Amino acid sequence: MGRDVGCASGGSRMHRSVTVIEERPTVGAAVKPRTAVGRLARWLGDWPLFLLFVAPNLVLLAVFTYWPLVYNAYLSVMQWDLIGPVKIYVGLENYRFLLEDSEFREVVRNTALFTLGTVGGTIVLGLLFALLLDQQLRGISLARGVVFAPYVLSGAAVAVFWVNMLNPRFGVVAQVASWLGTVSPDWLNHPRLAMVAVILVYIWKNVGFTTIVYLAGLQRIPKELYEAATVDGAGMLERFRFVTMPQLGPITLFLVVVSTISSFQAFDLIKVLTDGGPVNATTTLLFYIWEQGFVAFNAGRAAAAAVVLFALLAVISLLQVRIGERRVSYD
Amino acid sequence: MTSRIRWRRLVGRALLGLMVLAVVVIMGLPLYWVATGALKTNREIYTFPPVWIPSDPQWSNFVAAWQAVPFGRFFVNSIVTTLGAVTLELVFALLSAYALVFLRVRGKGLVFALVIAALLVPSTVTLLPNYLTIARLGWINTYQGLIIPVAAVAFGVFLFRQHFLTLPRDLLDAARLDGCGHLGLIRHVVLPLSQPVIVTFLVIYLVAHWNDFLWPLVATNRLEWRTVPIGVAYLYQVEGVQNWGPILAGTVMALLPMLIVYVVAQRWIVKGIGGGALKG
Repeated sequence: MGRDVGCASGGSRMHRSVTVIEERPTVGAAVKPRTAVGRLARWLGDWPLFLLFVAPNLVLLAVFTYWPLVYNAYLSVMQWDLIGPVKIYVGLENYRFLLEDSEFREVVRNTALFTLGTVGGTIVLGLLFALLLDQQLRGISLARGVVFAPYVLSGAAVAVFWVNMLNPRFGVVAQVASWLGTVSPDWLNHPRLAMVAVILVYIWKNVGFTTIVYLAGLQRIPKELYEAATVDGAGMLERFRFVTMPQLGPITLFLVVVSTISSFQAFDLIKVLTDGGPVNATTTLLFYIWEQGFVAFNAGRAAAAAVVLFALLAVISLLQVRIGERRVSYD
Repeated sequence: MTSRIRWRRLVGRALLGLMVLAVVVIMGLPLYWVATGALKTNREIYTFPPVWIPSDPQWSNFVAAWQAVPFGRFFVNSIVTTLGAVTLELVFALLSAYALVFLRVRGKGLVFALVIAALLVPSTVTLLPNYLTIARLGWINTYQGLIIPVAAVAFGVFLFRQHFLTLPRDLLDAARLDGCGHLGLIRHVVLPLSQPVIVTFLVIYLVAHWNDFLWPLVATNRLEWRTVPIGVAYLYQVEGVQNWGPILAGTVMALLPMLIVYVVAQRWIVKGIGGGALKG
């Protein structure tokens, strides 16, 4: 393939790549193929290169993302302890067990509570923070920096220092409680408050994300809309109700979907803060799956629970998109 | 009249400022608490009401944390795993996105859909099967076990594809007329024009891998193969509630790398995550 044109004529910076690209059949450089190989290369066009570029990633996705879906479904109809050589086919037994198990029902309830609390909390607070941080004030970028910082931190490390903060005897939360004239409960060992504490820590760590996205959204709203509303006699609340809210609609939908998905995957915070306890009070679906798989060595049950989680997520995402389409087109 | 309006505006701004300050205090207090807690003596930690400023900074807490658990190993493991995974992901994402945007083949849409659909599969479902896969390969407690299963990219391909679609075609055509092949185009035209997106990409994936907890927990079972987040949880476990000074010092060490990345790259992170989310 006698291509002797190189990047060289385009400037010396482009010189080196010539040797690398010489062998590659490329469309776009108009060269007439003289040999059979050349004609084949021309006929194949960009395909060989395309495959070379996308294949490694696709292979990894196939092995570690798509194949697991199939294998997980297979495991969910088996009984297996992860170690022994024998897997016993049990049909839908694992699913039946989950349906009838009161512990699993509690796990689903916990997951619903955790998801509602964290998604609702991060979205409402995120919007509030974004509105506040959208002001032109001195030091505002530093304030934004502080609000977003927890989002980049390790959940495990965050959980460790929150355990210290939540200590009822010497933690900073106890100090705040005493300023407010009450006594701090033992958050992480309380059958109901443990979940509240986990949700609050999760919100603290993740509210920066919704804030940043809302901030970007606020800054995209055309100023003319506000000016027009003001001319029409709208006050601050009306401007928020009739300009800001509708304009942020699609972003809110996006955030609800994304936050729901990441909330379903919360693990490190729960593992370190409460280890799923007290008893099962903070055991969510993912935690349950991990426990069944890697502590109780019950592959079938873990796999069945994973299928349930996958189905739930799919349904929730679809519902939200459907609702969103209706509402967004309305505005 | 005008002075009253000005006065009202001033009060309004002051009120807003106070609310912003309240937000900053609430969000920043935990960070202050862990940073100062790492320097307190145990006596200062276990008193009530709590001490706000450590009287005699205990740098020895850091030494104690380092000695209590093999922190050096944790850091090496985290650094190798994070850099390995991020490098692979960057190469995969750049090449895939380039192929999807600039190469002329039929069926690109299908390939893109295959990549993007991976976003819908939660890591929860893949956890157990992937563990079994690497166990069969003998990859438990290895770097390849920590890296390869998490090195495929979906969102990153989307991010670069969106950006590449905005690149001026004329420029690419001109470079091609000059004889640039595809690798030349990537190196000399596409990469220089993609720097902000690359930084955003790097930060997002750097943070995700450094903080990842569940996969390293499953893919390793020996202490010397654990990564920093698991190491910190372990430190908390072994030192129990008796010795908070070193625990908090260890926590600070675990938090610092990403805090530094954050401070350095804050501009791009905020723009990248905020703007990137909106484009999607």
